[in-house]
Amino acid sequence: MEAIAQQFFNIAIMQRALPLLLMGLQQTLVLCLLVVPLGLVGGLSFALLSRAWLRPVRWAAMAGIDFFRAVPPLVLLIFVYSGLPFAGVRPSALTAVAISFFLNASSYYGEIYRAGIESIGFGQWDAARSTGLSTAQTLAYVVLPQAVRNVLPDLISNTVEVVKLTSIASVVALPELLYSADMARSVTFNSSPLVLAAAIYLMILWPIVRLVSRLERRIAA
Amino acid sequence: MEVESRFLDAFFKWQLIERYSPAILHGVTITVEIAAAVVLTGISVGLLLAIARTFRFSPLSALIVIFADIFRALPPLVLVLLVYFGLPNVGINLPSFAVLWLVLSLVLAAFCEEIFWAGILSIAKGQWEAARSTGLGFLGTLTYVVLPQALRLTVPPITNRTIAITKNTALGTVIGVGEILNQATTAQSFSGNATPLMMGAIAYVALFIPVVILGRFLETRFAWRRA
Repeated sequence: MEAIAQQFFNIAIMQRALPLLLMGLQQTLVLCLLVVPLGLVGGLSFALLSRAWLRPVRWAAMAGIDFFRAVPPLVLLIFVYSGLPFAGVRPSALTAVAISFFLNASSYYGEIYRAGIESIGFGQWDAARSTGLSTAQTLAYVVLPQAVRNVLPDLISNTVEVVKLTSIASVVALPELLYSADMARSVTFNSSPLVLAAAIYLMILWPIVRLVSRLERRIAA
Repeated sequence: MEVESRFLDAFFKWQLIERYSPAILHGVTITVEIAAAVVLTGISVGLLLAIARTFRFSPLSALIVIFADIFRALPPLVLVLLVYFGLPNVGINLPSFAVLWLVLSLVLAAFCEEIFWAGILSIAKGQWEAARSTGLGFLGTLTYVVLPQALRLTVPPITNRTIAITKNTALGTVIGVGEILNQATTAQSFSGNATPLMMGAIAYVALFIPVVILGRFLETRFAWRRA
């Protein structure tokens, strides 16, 4: 018991690690502000392309969605970070994270938007078009607002996944929260910094996880 | 021409493909083994926890909710590092593949518990009452009436979640599990060439594309009906 407290809940070590972890947290938040919007916009484009008029475009978009949903994000990240230099492009850790997260998150968000758009009946399109709205206007003012509302729990829960995923940026030495915690762990030979990092992730994500559960239940009911 | 051959040399060098195929294939078997074990334990533990909640014994339910929330909110990589580096210091030594299996199983169990529980809740009260009034006991009602209907609803979300979590086997590379990504990065640093990385990526796509497509099929087949 003593050993567990010493190893995992060592307050003195946590106090020393806190400033480093807060710097990491800042980096994690910056990362989220970068990759979540990238994914949301990319996903919407994937979804719209998967419903394009031209069949090849549709197929390409669907193939893209399936491909990037099949590749584990860490594989994608390492491929971009240590594979691209062989093609003469040397992305920084941040660029590599941005590229791989854009591709990964867009495919997941894309699939969610697609389900949302498909949940809106054709009658809505017909009615909106018959009032004189153009296709783009119908999409923007009639279909998307309802589609997004229908899949809101999925969009939020995927955002939680993206935020959690930023932790893999530590593998390419981007000094975000988990990287800082692991640094502190390897210096102190003690797991308390990792517990502290877990607590910080929990503080940020737990309320959102609860919210998603409630939203899902309300819609399922 | 020059650019093209340089590209082929960096990403599809035939000699290296030949040399490292056995290693990558070995990685594939390890990935598949761990993924299968995770799917098995994760889904069954998740189902057991959801069933445990139907007894409506509030201290137990509260514990299950706390467990599910924590393992849904924490990044799996944080848990992997915590277990891998933390446990040896309190005298528990687990091999790295066991750490990966344990963590991913718990994460999958947490998500599955929530999905199964939502499925069980979605079955109308009248079903319970009707079944009980025919003389079925509590467990009988659960096994023969509620679960068959509830589980059907949960097929698509469970499939999608399972795919997402089995892909996390790639995290094992960070703690030295010899799965595909680990074999690929090792081979890449030995050969100074990106071909093994390309092979690893292709192996993952070959493994998971069929599952992703199966998931999409199940989604339309067992449509999760919402309002």
